[in-house]
Amino acid sequence: MATSNPTVFLLTVNGQIEGANFPEYDNLYCKYCFVYGNDWAPTSGLEEGITQIASKSVQSSHKLIWNFPLETTFKSTNPSGWPRLVVSVYGPDMFGNDVVRGYGATHIPITPGQHTRTISMFVPAPTWRLQKFMSWLTGRRPEYTDPKVVAQGEGREVTRVCSQGFVTVSFHIMTKDMKKLGYDTGPSGPANAQSFTSGLSTEEQ
Amino acid sequence: MASPGDIREKLKKKRRALQETLAKNSDEDDIQALVPSTKMSKGKLQTTKQQELQSSEEDPGETLKRSFRAQRERKKRLLQKSSAQETHEDDGVEEVLSVQHHNEDEESAEKATTHSRPPTGSLRGHSSKTLHSPGSQHLDSFVTRRLEQRLKAARSRGETLQEREVPLEPPSRLQGLRDRDTVTRFDPEVDPDRAGRHDAPLSLGTRVKFREAARRTEKGIPTAEEAYNFFTFSFEPEPEVSSKKTRRKRQKQKKTEGEDEDEEEEEEAAEEQEEEDAEGDNQDEIEDHGEEAPLVRDEGEDLFVIEQSSYDFLEMRKAEYVGYKKLVQRDSEILFKPSFRTVPTSVKLPVNMKPRYLEDEGLYVGERPPVSLTNENILENRILKMEEGKKWFGDDGRIMALPDPIKESSTRPPLFQMEEDLDPALQTVYRKALKSKYANLYISGAADPEGDYQLDVDVSGLIFSHHPLFSREHVLGANIAQLYDQYLTRQHNNLTGHLTDKLHGLRSALRNMLNIHGGQSLSQAMQQRISEYSLEVRNTRQLRDSEQEKDRTLLKNIVKVWKEIKALRDFQKYTNTPYKLFLRRENVDRETDEQEYEDEILAEMRELEAESEEDYQRKLAEYKRQLEEWKLWRRKQRAKKKKKKKKTKGQSQDDTEEEDEDQDVSESEGPAEDEPSKPEPPDKPEFDFIEQQVREKASRIRRKPGEAILIPDLSASGNITATELCPRAEIARREDVARRSLFAKILYNDKEVSRTDSRALNSDFRVHFGQIFNLKIVNCPQSINLQVFEEVGTSSSLLAQVFIPVPEPTVLTGGAPVEEFEFSSNQRVMFDHEGVGSDVPLSFEADGSNKQTLLTSGKMSCCVSWGLGEDDVPLAPPLLQQPGGRHSGLDHFDAVTYIGASGLYDMKKIGEWATQSRLDPNDPKNASIMQLLKVARSGEVTAPDYFRLEQLQEEFNFVTDEELERSKRFRLLRLRNQEVAEFRNYKCVPALEREVTDKVFQDYEKRLKEGEIIDTKEHLDSHRALVAKYLQKIRESVINRFLLAKHHYLLSDVVIEEEIPSIGILGLNLFKLAEPKRPLKPQRKERKKVTAQNLSDGDIKLLINILRAYDIPVRRPQSNKPGQTSQTVIQASDWLLNQVQVRPFVEVSFQRTVLQTTTADGPNPCWNEELQLPFSAPNGDYSAASLQSVKDEVFINIFDEVIFETGVNDKDKGKSIHTRVEKHWLGSVKIPFSTIYSQSRIDGTFKVNTPAVLLGYSKERSHSSTSGYDISRSLSEGTFITLFITIEPQLVPGESIREKFDSQEDERLLQASERFEREAAQGYPDRPCITTIIDLNGKTVFITRYIRPLNPPQVLLDEFPNNPQEATALVARFVSLIPSLPDRVSFSGVCDLWSTCDQFLTLLAGDEEEHAVLLCNYFLSMGKKAWLIIGTAIPEGPTAYVLTHEQNRYLIWNPSSSQFYGQYDTFCPLQTVGCLVNADNVWFNIQEYTSPMTMIFDTTKANLWKPFFSRSFSHPGLSSVQPEELVYRRIDKAAAAELQDRIEKILKEKIMEWRPRHPTRWNRYCTTTLKQFLPKLELSGGRDMTEGHRLELQSLLGDNRISGFPLNLPFSEIRPIEEAVYSTGVHNVHASNVEFALAVYVHPYPNNVFSVWVYLASLVRT
Repeated sequence: MATSNPTVFLLTVNGQIEGANFPEYDNLYCKYCFVYGNDWAPTSGLEEGITQIASKSVQSSHKLIWNFPLETTFKSTNPSGWPRLVVSVYGPDMFGNDVVRGYGATHIPITPGQHTRTISMFVPAPTWRLQKFMSWLTGRRPEYTDPKVVAQGEGREVTRVCSQGFVTVSFHIMTKDMKKLGYDTGPSGPANAQSFTSGLSTEEQ
Repeated sequence: MASPGDIREKLKKKRRALQETLAKNSDEDDIQALVPSTKMSKGKLQTTKQQELQSSEEDPGETLKRSFRAQRERKKRLLQKSSAQETHEDDGVEEVLSVQHHNEDEESAEKATTHSRPPTGSLRGHSSKTLHSPGSQHLDSFVTRRLEQRLKAARSRGETLQEREVPLEPPSRLQGLRDRDTVTRFDPEVDPDRAGRHDAPLSLGTRVKFREAARRTEKGIPTAEEAYNFFTFSFEPEPEVSSKKTRRKRQKQKKTEGEDEDEEEEEEAAEEQEEEDAEGDNQDEIEDHGEEAPLVRDEGEDLFVIEQSSYDFLEMRKAEYVGYKKLVQRDSEILFKPSFRTVPTSVKLPVNMKPRYLEDEGLYVGERPPVSLTNENILENRILKMEEGKKWFGDDGRIMALPDPIKESSTRPPLFQMEEDLDPALQTVYRKALKSKYANLYISGAADPEGDYQLDVDVSGLIFSHHPLFSREHVLGANIAQLYDQYLTRQHNNLTGHLTDKLHGLRSALRNMLNIHGGQSLSQAMQQRISEYSLEVRNTRQLRDSEQEKDRTLLKNIVKVWKEIKALRDFQKYTNTPYKLFLRRENVDRETDEQEYEDEILAEMRELEAESEEDYQRKLAEYKRQLEEWKLWRRKQRAKKKKKKKKTKGQSQDDTEEEDEDQDVSESEGPAEDEPSKPEPPDKPEFDFIEQQVREKASRIRRKPGEAILIPDLSASGNITATELCPRAEIARREDVARRSLFAKILYNDKEVSRTDSRALNSDFRVHFGQIFNLKIVNCPQSINLQVFEEVGTSSSLLAQVFIPVPEPTVLTGGAPVEEFEFSSNQRVMFDHEGVGSDVPLSFEADGSNKQTLLTSGKMSCCVSWGLGEDDVPLAPPLLQQPGGRHSGLDHFDAVTYIGASGLYDMKKIGEWATQSRLDPNDPKNASIMQLLKVARSGEVTAPDYFRLEQLQEEFNFVTDEELERSKRFRLLRLRNQEVAEFRNYKCVPALEREVTDKVFQDYEKRLKEGEIIDTKEHLDSHRALVAKYLQKIRESVINRFLLAKHHYLLSDVVIEEEIPSIGILGLNLFKLAEPKRPLKPQRKERKKVTAQNLSDGDIKLLINILRAYDIPVRRPQSNKPGQTSQTVIQASDWLLNQVQVRPFVEVSFQRTVLQTTTADGPNPCWNEELQLPFSAPNGDYSAASLQSVKDEVFINIFDEVIFETGVNDKDKGKSIHTRVEKHWLGSVKIPFSTIYSQSRIDGTFKVNTPAVLLGYSKERSHSSTSGYDISRSLSEGTFITLFITIEPQLVPGESIREKFDSQEDERLLQASERFEREAAQGYPDRPCITTIIDLNGKTVFITRYIRPLNPPQVLLDEFPNNPQEATALVARFVSLIPSLPDRVSFSGVCDLWSTCDQFLTLLAGDEEEHAVLLCNYFLSMGKKAWLIIGTAIPEGPTAYVLTHEQNRYLIWNPSSSQFYGQYDTFCPLQTVGCLVNADNVWFNIQEYTSPMTMIFDTTKANLWKPFFSRSFSHPGLSSVQPEELVYRRIDKAAAAELQDRIEKILKEKIMEWRPRHPTRWNRYCTTTLKQFLPKLELSGGRDMTEGHRLELQSLLGDNRISGFPLNLPFSEIRPIEEAVYSTGVHNVHASNVEFALAVYVHPYPNNVFSVWVYLASLVRT
């Protein structure tokens, strides 16, 4: 095969949406999707997914666990438009309407290795008080027309959001042929050690 | 081997045995009832031991239980106390027992005192014997052995103690015990215990209360009998156990170290044994069997009370879980619950395998770790559920397991010792809590013992330069001392001398240079150097002069102050200061001195002269230059004036006058034109004046020649007048001074760490401390601060603060010099004695002038350095992180970075600066700057005269810009980023340059080039090609605008938010609730709209519901003609028989997908069928912009299905009949996809576009026009079809562009129009209202500007000079022949652009609006009353029609089809009338109905039509944007003929192409015949052809069955014609003997408008 002079590089994202911390809400589920640029194409794995509904346990409150695996491989020719993971969390409100509880996005880590990301979540806020009341009453809160908006910079200035909670995602990143194409994302010496120790420390935690 | 169960069983057995023996013993004890407590204590002794064994390993649950019990017990005891029956004794015993144990734990000796009785010994022996009979089990024996050992040890100790103490202890021990005051000692022991337990679990406390209450009701108050029993050891088992538990707990509390005994067997054993023992004590044989029974029951009962209540509560909730089963069921699909039943071995093993037991085969198998059977089963079940689960099982069918890793024996020796003989190494050591450290403040390593850092602060003393208690003399003294100090330093530096030497050197050098070259022509460099030298000389001289002046003034000042002191001393008659000034005189040689003086003056004069000369020369040159300029200007001016004069000469003026005027002009114009003034010549320097100046200066700053040099010498050797001799005020001052003392506080990091001793203030205001403080520091030094305090009596006040910088780590004690730090304070102090005070104005003059204000100030001499440890190890931290801001840090930077940092990257300036400051080029410090300068000079890199922000940008550039430009990959990326159409969504730009092929750019480059080249091939007409280009350009600009606007977002674009329903809508919604769920007449409901982003091919379908058609032409019987064949007769009879007039079906073709309905019968068929056509967007791009630009059209064709019998097969007569089915095109409707997309649904009855002539068919009306109900229909001609078209799923049409276009309209008008439109939209949301539109330049224009009478082509008017009706029709036809191109398509639906009529005629393509405007304008010019109707029509949606008022009736014109309808025409496609527009006004429809039929078109009625311009806002007189006159190009017949040939050729080729498997024969004869018809058709305007035509054809073609029709199209491109021909399906006739006829006729109209006729016919020879 033409391994000696590759034309694309590959990025394998393994990991899982571990869980979330939404102090006020329960019975939530999470949708995820990847947003990537024009030069990227997924070669295997799921691009979108939806988790099971998780509820909080009695003992360790505040923590919702999904442990939803992510496994996708992208191929690309250009680091521009590096994939981003968009998660959006939904769950029932007090009237049982399925409403959005948070949007969040993070870039897939660039360096190979293990990473844990805690994504702060937010939802668009109603434009004014009455709207807020009405949306609470009808169970139709403001939502993004497309959750992918949160992974993009365009058009965000018109929105107001309020923060909600956190979603924890762990990634295991592998890359192939990036260096051969001239993109060096590998951690340098000291940074490597640091990430290693940080990995250890997270494990210890 | 043995399971724990076994072990427990054995232990129990043993315990029972032990119990029996104990019971026996207690029987004995019963007899000897005198000493009951001893026995009991003995039992307890054993238990305590065993408790020790296990107490360390007690689990929390056990403790909790026990704590409950203990609490309960205590409460009970309290109750018992209150019951007042023998409580005292009861308590006594209880407490004694407790105390005993307490003591036991603490000191074994005391414990032994309780075991005074011999029987105990025998008992022990006995019990030990029972314990000695060990079980055969290994573990058991181990446990027992250990118990044994411990017992033995305790016993032996007890025995020895007994032996010792028996004689000492009196037999009546009980009494003694009672008398002891241990009770009081015990109480405090219990209380904290209880208190602690109470506040920890509060909720528990309440629960306990519950239980307690329950128990109380059960048990009641203890009776006397109980008390007696208690006394005589016949306790109820429960209290006994619990009391023990309390004890055990207490013991546990005392335990300091845990014994590491993990074996639960042992623990269980110990506990159970203990319990058994306790029961043994109770002598209750019955209780023996169910050892724990009472306990458990008791516990159960107590818990039951609580569980009951909670259980009730749960039952209440149970009703909520009705739907739970379902959930469980659903969960069960996902969740797996392993059963706990034993798995049969066969399942666990591979098929046909017998379990194999390795142990039986003699192999060693380790002991498996004990796992309960249930858990094991669950695990096995779970594993089996998984794939490959079987690999977890071994050959014997059990889960594979390693041997039990837990060691049977503890590897660590158990700790049995009591506390006092505990190994000291194991003692717990108490350490005080350490404070947390602020990590960042600490010096690293400071915390550990080695890294101690020491700062030595040496406070040697301080001197006041001013103090409030200074007397006037002191002030002067301080002054003189200061001046003298200054003098000394100056003297030391000797700047004057240096400068003088330098000056001499320079002068001699200069002189040498001049001498050597002696006036010869000097080289450039030499001249440069000379000038430099002289400049240097000048500078040095100036410096020296100023220094000399300073020296002199200083000396003068010293002398002056000394004189003042002397005067003051004389005046006040005492002396306060010891200062004495001597002036030493140093005589000089007068001769040489004078000589030098004169030389100096001469030299200076010479230099000055030279300088002034030079200056003069320069000035002169300047003057000359300026003069030259001035003269030039003058000359020019004069020339100008002369010219002017020449001009004016022509106007009869005398020369003299001119001359005068010239001067006048020059005078008047002079100042106005900013004439350069005539420069003044510079003055010659006056050398006399120079000399005078020099001499004056010399006498001022230099000592006179011959005058002795005065050297001042200040000494402090004078006497101070004794206090007694002083006046009173002075005495008071001196006393005040004596009273004061000073000390200094040392603050380290703002914390006082030390202070000096307080020292008295001396009369000379110097304080000497001389103390060194060694600060041992841990924190990083932030600040060292000395605070000087002044003490008067007991009160002290802060005088000043001295901040001392933290020393560098290299500054060490011993090597650090003592530094002086100045301080001052602005405190205001005033005295009534001689002290001058502080901040008080003070004057030494007699008249009080020249006041000065002095503040307390002084110098602190101290030294801070890092200490030296032993062996001279510096105790300084390795590196101090300097807190920012302490040092400015500028001195660390070299000049280049400094200058660069401050943004002065200017070579010139640096160069100037370097030359000015005369940097030492050899100083390594300046190396970088020198190099920079060298580079700047040598390479002629003239400093750029611009300012550079990113000076290093070039270094960061990867490649040069050209290379970047050349890179194909970057170009691709850039084009994509610019959203160039070809690359907008380009996927996967290759990673490497070489993979980008040139092919990618081909299209793009071609398009770029195409701007110039016109491709006539595609367009058949050069003019149209040009137009297409122009259109393309407009389109691009609009799209670019749109792309820009697309990046502007509104909240609604990003966030979906529920609109707040208004009250009206709420009411409607409420009303809706009452609606029937399934109404009888269902209506189409709005569907949910889908945004087009997540769609893909095949998701979108076009739904076409074909309902019915009216007035389809019917077959005409070809009967009554001569020459008909027999077959046609048969056919005719068939038709008569079957009444088959026509068998129509509908065929829908879209994007080359063709579907058809079933065939119906008759001219008014009803199909009611739904057809689904797939839709695929171009390039799979489903964005709104892309969808809108889809140009595809939906063709709905009506065909007649004709069945012919081809004849009967001869061989099987009558059995099989061969038929051939032919379809004959009857008419078509075409609807552009863009219309469907923007309308989202199209519903209505459409007029079918039928050919003017349909051979073989005729309207049904001609046959049966008698039926009465058809009146309304007969009013209109033609065929109609009812359709419903929509897209599934419903797509959101693209938003129109929101960008606000600039406009030249008046702002007021724009606002008014905006308001008008808004109000219209609010009141009547479904009526379109347009007041402003956007023209091709992208500017907003008011709509009425478009309406203006414009002349139609004169040719058209000339055609029917006498028939205005016909002329009108012709004009309308002309307009309709201009091709229609929806803006939506051309501009991706972003906006609706209106072109003016001339633009429209140039472009020859436009929307309905352009057609309507043109038609309206034509009508106006023809003298009709005409309006523009803005409304909606089918199928096009929002559109513009034209309304005319003629002969008292209103006519509605469809400008794109040249059709007109009466107001009451039911089949008028116009559905809604929004507003009317003419040149003067806009009227908005505010009538009830919108349909033209139900409306009144009288715009004067204000209640029906709302005018835009009313009385309040009158028409501002808007000029039209239309041209005054339209110029038409003449009819180009030659082009038409050429086009005609080409179209014919192309169509013929196409038809042959579409019939790939059949030969296509052309019937020339027919073709020529048809060709003759076509011009006639054109003349008649395509309307109502006479029957004659058909007859003629029939006669010509005789026995051919002919079917055909003419098609008429406006000409734009060839493709639509092809499509139209294709859609008729003529080519699909597959009969073998078919012939075709095709005739094309292009009728030219003015301005390159062509009407294309295509006559198509198929002939079948019969």
